[in-house]
Amino acid sequence: MTARETILEAVRRAQPEAMPLPALEGDWIRYDDPVAQFCAVLEAIGSRAVVVGSIEAAQATLEALPEYEAAQRVFSAVEGIGRTTLDANAVATPHELASLEVAILPGELAVAENGAVWVTDLGLRHRVTPFICELLVLVVPKHAMVHTMHEAYQRISAPRRPDGSPAFGVFIAGPSKTADIEQSLVIGAHGPKESLVLLTE
Amino acid sequence: MRVGLFIPCYIDQCYPQVGLATLQVLRRCGVEPEYPREQTCCGQPMANSGCVEAAKPVARHFAETFAAYDYVVGPSGSCVSMIRNHYDDLLDDAAEQQRLAGKTFELCEFLVDVLKIDRIEGRFPHRVGLHQSCHGLRELGLARQSELGPTATPQVNKVRTLLQSLEGITLVDLARTDECCGFGGTFAVKEAAVSCLMGRDRIADHQQAGAEVMTAGDMSCLMHLEGLIKRDGAPLRVMHVAEILAGNQP
Amino acid sequence: MSHATAAAEFVADVDRARWHDRALWFVRSKRDKCAQQLPEWEALRERASLVKQHTASRMAEYLEEFERNAVALGAVVHWARDAAEHNAIVYGLLKERGIQRVVKSKSMLTEECGLNPLLESKGLEVVDTDLGEWIVQLRHEHPSHIVMPAIHVKKQEVGELFHEKLGTTAGSTDEKYLVGAARAELRSKFLAGTAGITGVNFAIAETGGFVVCTNEGNADLGASLPALHIASMGIEKLIPRMADLGVFLRLLARSATGQPITTYSSHFHGPKPGGELHIVLVDNGRSKLLANEELRRSLNCIRCGACMNTCPVYRRSGGHSYGVTVPGPIGSVLYPARDMQAHKSLPDACSLCGSCTDVCPVKIPLHHQLLAWRKTLVKAKVTPWHMRAAMSVVGGVMARPWLFRLGGKLGRFALRWSPRWLTYNGLNPWGAQREMPPAAKQTFSKLYDDGIGHGSARMDGIDKDQNKLD
Repeated sequence: MTARETILEAVRRAQPEAMPLPALEGDWIRYDDPVAQFCAVLEAIGSRAVVVGSIEAAQATLEALPEYEAAQRVFSAVEGIGRTTLDANAVATPHELASLEVAILPGELAVAENGAVWVTDLGLRHRVTPFICELLVLVVPKHAMVHTMHEAYQRISAPRRPDGSPAFGVFIAGPSKTADIEQSLVIGAHGPKESLVLLTE
Repeated sequence: MRVGLFIPCYIDQCYPQVGLATLQVLRRCGVEPEYPREQTCCGQPMANSGCVEAAKPVARHFAETFAAYDYVVGPSGSCVSMIRNHYDDLLDDAAEQQRLAGKTFELCEFLVDVLKIDRIEGRFPHRVGLHQSCHGLRELGLARQSELGPTATPQVNKVRTLLQSLEGITLVDLARTDECCGFGGTFAVKEAAVSCLMGRDRIADHQQAGAEVMTAGDMSCLMHLEGLIKRDGAPLRVMHVAEILAGNQP
Repeated sequence: MSHATAAAEFVADVDRARWHDRALWFVRSKRDKCAQQLPEWEALRERASLVKQHTASRMAEYLEEFERNAVALGAVVHWARDAAEHNAIVYGLLKERGIQRVVKSKSMLTEECGLNPLLESKGLEVVDTDLGEWIVQLRHEHPSHIVMPAIHVKKQEVGELFHEKLGTTAGSTDEKYLVGAARAELRSKFLAGTAGITGVNFAIAETGGFVVCTNEGNADLGASLPALHIASMGIEKLIPRMADLGVFLRLLARSATGQPITTYSSHFHGPKPGGELHIVLVDNGRSKLLANEELRRSLNCIRCGACMNTCPVYRRSGGHSYGVTVPGPIGSVLYPARDMQAHKSLPDACSLCGSCTDVCPVKIPLHHQLLAWRKTLVKAKVTPWHMRAAMSVVGGVMARPWLFRLGGKLGRFALRWSPRWLTYNGLNPWGAQREMPPAAKQTFSKLYDDGIGHGSARMDGIDKDQNKLD
């Protein structure tokens, strides 16, 4: 018998009597002001969210960031926001992004309860882009704010490219961090050292 | 209402004043319990060591001793939890086990839930630290555990409610409201090193909170803690909750 | 070595034991705060438990569904009965492609299987990229905690280690500086790696995808730079629907570290364009646990580590005292199932306080399972005979009231009149650090018989000091 058959048979023999699959609905928390909740949570986890009224305001917020202003290698996948000086979609290998300083990427939705933004690699040649940059800017429409993760999963599914091939999706909440040395929180472990969410009207 | 007074074996042998206090509190609350002379032990030391066969005759004896009563009340959350939650392995007759489980109560729980009493007349002008013995807390639900979500039941702390009603009492705020003291039955000897450190940490928490008296619903926790307090010469007294409610003074 | 012996060694350095306790209590306190902020916390735990129990009841079907969907997405699915098969599969994949350098993100399964030593013995370089795991790897140790692998290491020790291995400034204990040095070193490892190995937090049957959660971003760098991604998962990681993640991702990080969610919750569906994705499904004793009615729910475990953070024994004895990959309450439940004799002391490393059961986000009745183990060990006669014999004697005495009264009388007499050396010696583990309980002159039963049982309580004859009761 193959390993597959052995395991499946052992599992089948071991399985208890079928139990029902619980429903997804529940009496989950609703925030009075989900945007304010989102901003507060992000701040608590070492990041920041700014509500911007227009593309111009978004651009101005970005330009006010010293890290952005000083950056030599910037990639923006969001039209009208930021300047691209290193086109992440033009390089052949992901390794060439090792020196990427800023990535400005679109987020599909934002989650009020935990400050997470759903980001996919649709439109990205290299999945590594949001993880390898030093400063990650996510641009999300304010109306794409949901209260909880339950609501988020009602809106998203396993992402697919236009040709039907599977894509990658990730909830990102704040900058990369670690507390592995004596539980002291240090922002900027392996991924971005800083992150910013721009909530557009 | 026929109430059987259940005095755990080690209280009978080492802490008779806790038994007397229990009797006294019940009488003050208008209950005249009977003390069945044949009682011994609930079987917990054997059962918690995994020795089911050794515990069975003890559980059987307990069930028979208290069969005739409407209620069984004892000053120990741990022993009461044994009877309520762990006798299904020990008594063959499921109906008998459920009947016994349904009528057996820890003292404070009996006062609050059955007699509907939330005030005790008396005075205890001292700073008191309440050690929430684990089995009373987590297996009987005498209070909401600190681990549980905000809507978990019960919302009231039954032991604290009664203590707080005493005149002059100050219940001090502990840093860790319901940390285990490290007694744990045979754990206290099998894992003596960890057990004693847990106990010392619990005592230190009560001391930093400024407690003069450490109280609990289980004398077994206090037996372990008192052993450490005496050895270390710590300026703290232990008293069972029943003693404080009975009006005894430190 | 039994847990008690290893724990006693750890506790001997009492300052360190207390430091360890405080570090973990800090994490537990953060968890509590998160739980308190959600009115539906208990409902979420209940839901998570039910989803996991449902999945266990139809695990074979879900495994097949997962495989079907994962393959349709372009992944290759492998099956491993045990650790050796898992390691052989992984090594085979690397060898076929001539891969020499592997970057690995945290995976307790690969720890359980002993993958690193195997690959290293074949001459491969394996770098654990989770900072905590990397620290213990550099120290040639095993993780002492499943979420915070280096929780037992002090920052001074990390400073010394990095000074020696990375050339950081001697004596530096600044966490920011040390993390910066690790970042620079590990960046070069990520860029040089030609295969990435990750664990799996959740595998979704309906989509064939899986989710990996990290704070550092190491799984993503490791899986997205090289062409080959190997994901190892225990078969219990399955969940039926993608939307079930709504429940689990809300619970996982809150329970683990008191964060609302991990920084990255990455949903891998199929290989990246031009890359390869291999998923290894591992049994290694899990189907055996599934068959065990009493222990089955331990398969609910989502490896959050909350039971370790709350366990007063774990906090004071350190993860290594358990001698297994997954320490703490859940480990003490899991490991005796692998080898009862080798791990017989673990179910006793527990005061039965029940806090683990209360924090568990998937409602594994941990302390009940530990109690169940004690019964199993007695039944199988793995528990030492003198322990079993002693309990039989006590049981025999307690079932006979006259014998109990006689025994009590003798015991109290001995306790009152024995010289101190007879009571407090090496044979009495109670007395090494504690005074014995007082031996009352009169039992409660006697006092009751003497009059207080009739009429009003006669308390006057009783000295308030329990030792002088007469």
